[in-house]
Amino acid sequence: MSVTTLPSRRTLQRQPGWLVRLFDYKPFLITVCLAPAIGLLAVFLTYPLGLGVWLAFTDTTIGRRGVFVGFENFQYLLSDPLWWNAVFYSIVYTGIATFGKFALGFWLALLLNNHFPFKSLLRAIVLLPWIVPTVLSALAFWWIYDPQFSIISYLLVDVLHIRTHNIDFLGTPWPARFSLIAANIWRGIPFVAISLLAGLQTISPSLYEAAMLDGATAWQRFRYITFPMMLPILAIVMTFSIIFTFTDFQLVYAITRGGPVNSTHLLATLAFQRGIAGGELGEGAAIAVSMIPFLVFATLFSYFGLARRKWQQGESND
Amino acid sequence: MKNDITRRDALVLGVSAAALAATGTSARAEIKVADVPAPALPIEKGATLRMLRPVRFVPADEEVFRANAANFTAKTGVEVKVDFVGWEDINQQTAVTSNSGAGPDIIIGFGDAPHIYVDKLVELTDVADYIGKRYGGWLALAKKYGMKGKSNAWIGLPFGASGGPLVYRKSILKSVGFDRVPEDHAGFLDLCKKLQAAGKPAGFALGNAVGDGNGFASWLLWSHNASLLDEEGNVIINSKETIAALKYLKELYPTFIAGTPSWNDVSNNRAYSSGEIALTANGVSLYFSLKKDPATAAIAEDTEHQLLIKGLAPVSPMSGLTLNAMVFKHSPYPNAAKAFLQFMLEKEQYEPWLNANSGYWAQPLAAYADAAVWSGDPKVAIFKDTMKSNYYNGYKGPISTATGAVNADYVLVQMCASVATDAATPEAAAAEAERRAKRYFRRS
Repeated sequence: MSVTTLPSRRTLQRQPGWLVRLFDYKPFLITVCLAPAIGLLAVFLTYPLGLGVWLAFTDTTIGRRGVFVGFENFQYLLSDPLWWNAVFYSIVYTGIATFGKFALGFWLALLLNNHFPFKSLLRAIVLLPWIVPTVLSALAFWWIYDPQFSIISYLLVDVLHIRTHNIDFLGTPWPARFSLIAANIWRGIPFVAISLLAGLQTISPSLYEAAMLDGATAWQRFRYITFPMMLPILAIVMTFSIIFTFTDFQLVYAITRGGPVNSTHLLATLAFQRGIAGGELGEGAAIAVSMIPFLVFATLFSYFGLARRKWQQGESND
Repeated sequence: MKNDITRRDALVLGVSAAALAATGTSARAEIKVADVPAPALPIEKGATLRMLRPVRFVPADEEVFRANAANFTAKTGVEVKVDFVGWEDINQQTAVTSNSGAGPDIIIGFGDAPHIYVDKLVELTDVADYIGKRYGGWLALAKKYGMKGKSNAWIGLPFGASGGPLVYRKSILKSVGFDRVPEDHAGFLDLCKKLQAAGKPAGFALGNAVGDGNGFASWLLWSHNASLLDEEGNVIINSKETIAALKYLKELYPTFIAGTPSWNDVSNNRAYSSGEIALTANGVSLYFSLKKDPATAAIAEDTEHQLLIKGLAPVSPMSGLTLNAMVFKHSPYPNAAKAFLQFMLEKEQYEPWLNANSGYWAQPLAAYADAAVWSGDPKVAIFKDTMKSNYYNGYKGPISTATGAVNADYVLVQMCASVATDAATPEAAAAEAERRAKRYFRRS
């Protein structure tokens, strides 16, 4: 009896084609998968940013191609009191508004973290100022601050008779600056509050129970449990908040357009004013580029300053 | 005022009838036309045109403009697509069109636009010469904005201008002892003081208001014989005349209603409409908005217009926001584009359009002073001669990119506001304005 052996299954299987082998090659697969994202970033982020930086080193104007002028735009800005004024107000605006948003936002988050009726509805309502398009809320504030038709002035003058004449919110520099900061705080509180509320929800109740058993006061519970546990999310939210506030444009442009007498120009509004309205694209781009060091510094400060692990683990623990 | 004409009405009735219905006036006066040979503009085969222009003031403007364009299509077979663009967008769209060398064949922009993009434009001298000779000559402001600096070449065809004279309440002026606004600075200051004492002050924008802010700042300078530039284009804003103007403003400003440094272009309209102020400066839009609203019709009845006061200037120093048409070199159909603009400026098209605008736009050509619109409401007649003005943005120098930029960046407005609010002395403010202006003019 003769025995014939069947070919093994392996020899029956066809060899995979070159395309299959190519896609089995991990470096190629990674490249192919990342290409769309890299392409999108290159087109929509890297190119505009690169073009902006390039324009900052040219004397391009609207309607005229520029030539490379090196640091001329930046040298001019350093001698321009309006740019220094915008730097000053950008820092003041960001500093005070961020502090206000965090103080009130954190407080609101702590309140919303408690158990009370209609909790979900209230949390949704709190988000409204942030959901409303910025220009709409800016127009509302523009009316609120109007020198002739302000509702605040109307209440104080015509209803309560506390004042004899209207408040000039926007006609002089410092009141105008603080009016804009107030509008920014009002708009920014929900973002901070909801973000921090999400962080508060992640803190284990057992920590508070243990602290209460040890006789910790409410302040001690906040100081030794809530605050340290919240630091990572605080760092992230503060970083974003600083970036959003420092680069704010809509509120200022819609309410004051940088006035009165340029006192409320932020770097973003000044960049638009010079680059688009004034037609000096190179100079406008230079103003926009001049924001980058401030933003990098603010980001690094809040990130490294607030996110250090040892803050959360005790001073001696490195 | 009746403005509810449909496009179909305009086409069915004919644009003249539509315009007359809009204005409520009748075509009593006859536009005088000279018999002049038209330039030869053989329309290119298969030509189609696309144009941009600023949005209308009143619906009838758009209706009649579109009807005129449809008439051109009917006569020549050239399709014309007209897009109406927001006022704040037209400059950017013009810049993109110019830089990219693509897009509309024709843009009606504002005054200085052709001077900014002069290298990208088709010369329009043949059409301008013909139209000028045919309709009694171009007015001063039209020549200034239409012609290339220091030459006789036309690069734009002005379609009209909107002025901003004084607007005041007759009864309130009378109550403080004035029949009209005095023409001299001292008299004007005296009037403003008395209006303030009567609780109905004057109010002029000192905020970042493109139209009203620049309008007031320019008047203040020009009425003191100060100017941004000399005839050669040198920046001469830091002058004794400017400092005198700013010192006068220091006296005048305390008589204004509070808050004018934060005013934008609509603030004075609102303050006047609500009876808060008795004197300001504005285009005819304020009067018409008062007239149309039954709640403010009484204020409209009590409202009077007057040219901006002369002060030390030989004539009232009032410029006008000018519509200026340009044809781009990238257009494959330059003859069709020129023929279209010529057609739109001819009596059969232009007069109904001018009438339809109820006085919002004043004509660039002398003959159209006889248009029916100017014999209607006497309170509108003052706008008729807006384009006779010798004053313009950048007066007395050549128009350039920089003259528009100085306006757009509020250099003169902020010079005035800083003095008014005691943020700077007149000398320091003039020096700062000079520094900023020179930056814009460094390449001019």
